[in-house]
Amino acid sequence: MQFNLNGNDVEVQSHPMSRLLDVLREELALTGTKEGCGEGECGACTVLIDGEPVCSCLIPVSQVQGAEVVTIEGLGGNHPLQQLFMNEVGAQCGICTPGMIMAALTLPDDPTLDDVKTALAGNLCRCTGYSAIYRAVLKERAQRHYAPAEDAEGRHGG
Amino acid sequence: MKAVGSSVPRKDGIGKATGAARYADDLVFPGMLHGRTIRSTVPCGRIRSIKLDFDTTGFTIVDYRDVPAKNAVDLMSQDQPFLVENEVRHMAEPILLLAHEDRETLLAAKVIIEYDEAEPLFDPEKSTVSFKDIDIVKGDVASALSSADVIVEGVYRTGHQEHVYIEPNGVVAVPEDEGGVAIYGSVQCPFYVIKALRCLLGSAHPNVRVIQTETGGGFGGKEEYPSMIAGHAVLLAIKSGRPVKIIYDREEDMIATTKRHPSIVRHRTGVTKEGRLVAMDIDVILDGGAYVTLSPTVLSRGCIHAAGPYNCDNVRIQGRAVFTNTPPNGAFRGFGAPQTEFAVEVHMDRIAETLGMDPVELRRINALKPGDRTATGQTLRDDTSAHMVLEEAVKRTDFDKKRKEWKGTNKSIGLSLFYHGAGFTGAGERNLKSRARLELTPAGVRIAVGSTEIGQGTRTMHAQIVTDALGIPYETVEVAQPDTSRVADSGPTVASRTCMVVGKILEECAAELKDKLGGMSPAEYYSKNGPMSVERMYEPPDWIQWDDNTYLGDAYATYGWGCDVVELELDRDTYEVRPIKITAVQEFGRPIHPALAKGQIEGGTAQGLGYALLERVVMRNGAMANGQLTNYVIPTTLDMPEVDVVMMENPYPGGPFGAKGLGELPMDGPAPAVVNALRGFGLDLREIPATPELLSTTPAI
Repeated sequence: MQFNLNGNDVEVQSHPMSRLLDVLREELALTGTKEGCGEGECGACTVLIDGEPVCSCLIPVSQVQGAEVVTIEGLGGNHPLQQLFMNEVGAQCGICTPGMIMAALTLPDDPTLDDVKTALAGNLCRCTGYSAIYRAVLKERAQRHYAPAEDAEGRHGG
Repeated sequence: MKAVGSSVPRKDGIGKATGAARYADDLVFPGMLHGRTIRSTVPCGRIRSIKLDFDTTGFTIVDYRDVPAKNAVDLMSQDQPFLVENEVRHMAEPILLLAHEDRETLLAAKVIIEYDEAEPLFDPEKSTVSFKDIDIVKGDVASALSSADVIVEGVYRTGHQEHVYIEPNGVVAVPEDEGGVAIYGSVQCPFYVIKALRCLLGSAHPNVRVIQTETGGGFGGKEEYPSMIAGHAVLLAIKSGRPVKIIYDREEDMIATTKRHPSIVRHRTGVTKEGRLVAMDIDVILDGGAYVTLSPTVLSRGCIHAAGPYNCDNVRIQGRAVFTNTPPNGAFRGFGAPQTEFAVEVHMDRIAETLGMDPVELRRINALKPGDRTATGQTLRDDTSAHMVLEEAVKRTDFDKKRKEWKGTNKSIGLSLFYHGAGFTGAGERNLKSRARLELTPAGVRIAVGSTEIGQGTRTMHAQIVTDALGIPYETVEVAQPDTSRVADSGPTVASRTCMVVGKILEECAAELKDKLGGMSPAEYYSKNGPMSVERMYEPPDWIQWDDNTYLGDAYATYGWGCDVVELELDRDTYEVRPIKITAVQEFGRPIHPALAKGQIEGGTAQGLGYALLERVVMRNGAMANGQLTNYVIPTTLDMPEVDVVMMENPYPGGPFGAKGLGELPMDGPAPAVVNALRGFGLDLREIPATPELLSTTPAI
């Protein structure tokens, strides 16, 4: 099985029906993608498949053959959303944070608060009540709006 | 710039946002096995036979006979076994443990258990076994009731609530040299786990240690149950000689682990025509489940808060936490107070309705002030803020105007006034003898305490306190990962005590250390003289007097105060409730880190709204029937209204920089405010969760 993971082509040996989540975490040792429920309800395992946010616990790895998969590790460590999730306390315990950030990447450029709520409706957070997450996401989008063009390069999604 | 009072960068670093932070399930050790728990499928009975219906090659199998010392989880009592020997008391009770290196093979293993079933007991009101009885008496309730103008009675009920930390429970047990074992796990209280393991293992394995991994939420749910899981993993690790990882999936976590105690609270209140409370007779029943766990202290906190933040000369509060054949209930943010404060706050609105009085005015007349005496006879001090938060909330939300204008529409507004004692109850902190330590490092100092970071900001907040108390740069303060072999036992991370109590010990450690440094910076001292550390024990204020037998005295050193106002809409065809806005006005001394403190209030308020409206545990034959996030619903982004947080200050002199406890307070207010708003539609609601199904059958007032 081959697919593109965070910009690199990878080949995996796992059974084709293995959950993408397990292949990422175990065969590829990328543990940033978290398991919260295993049934597609909590969104902690959200990754981007060809730019779309998907719960990796629901996807057999055979389904990403030839696709582009982006995980939280694909953002590196300098994405403004990552910094803002910490600074605005959008992350408390942090277990929903990688999935939440991946889902937030798919927002349009000038999102309203309602857009943010809709985009993140499949991602559960039990710590924050979501307000601080909205603050982080909207601040990042506001910053992006005023940032020089080259700053937007190298970002995935959205 | 001072660190305290500003939202400095968090000590967590960026790891939680990059995926680099390591949680229990992220750890892999060479030769590691996966562990699995085989559980009871009946709520009550005796085991007749156990048959292993699989090829046992490559499996490690553990039952109660493998326990080296004592088969009991050592908590408040030692009644709960790690593994059932014969008698099953509840569904999903652990009976057998299996481990295998291949997870699929492990999960495919089939065990057939036959039982001699007995009649289970599910109704707490029919239970004759009480884990704890409490009787608080102030004044003479009987004679005050007989002379009251009006008597208002009511029964109020709350259901189970599941914690739904997004990271399910999990630990890894790793054998170490000389019979030692290290436990890496998602735990709130590493020293509770150590205590339980010492009891389980005895002298054969003296070298056990517990290391807290990054923890994906707790809310009380990782206070006591991790001791059970750690015990299981250790038994498998000792028998196999290999590291063993046990990670619960969501369903196992929801069905097997603790929940908030369901409650039935009865009120009988005497009041004058003018609205002055003259007698409060209160009866509290908590459903403890099948084992004691922490039920006595949950009941204690529940009873102490049961009269609400009101002054009344004659109060009697009786309570009992009873046995039923359901999985044990346990710690959950608020710890009994959300249940009893729900009851008293809905009851207050019913008293106002009976008197034809405004609910705010009724509260104004009775709310506690400095100098008033609580139900336990505690004389309140200047850090009492019931009136301050009430007036601010009423003014900020335009409560009176909206209440009048929205009559007869599909909108309504409701309010709750509440308080929460910070720290352990009564003599608890004195008995606990918590310790904290500061150690010099080449760059500055290290905080070495067992208090855990579970999202609430322990690391950051402690570092801020030490920074300002020592007068050194925030960047030079580091926080040790809790490892019971290396850090001081600062007590459990519970009871809104991590800032107020442990933060206070750290402040005192810093003062002593500053003295010893003699004007040098920590780094200068270290380079000249080498390592040094300071360790101190908590001394509660000397004025605290408490009698555990009479339940009289200073129940808590201080209290946080809150007033929540909920604005909501009701669809009168579907009975769907849509909260529009919740205003949370809360006083908790002083915020050490405003952004983190705000996060506690926003998050606790969300849990309170879920408790009020959405979160219904359906019990069928003693087991949670909706043990998935598909049908146990917690608030999503689309369920949450705007949350307007107001943080008010009224410093507590005994806390670090005036801080009180905060974590639990926000949980107490939302449910009664929601129900009081729904009562505005003429629905005589006295129960939560207020699901459409319940509302559609709720009688009119």
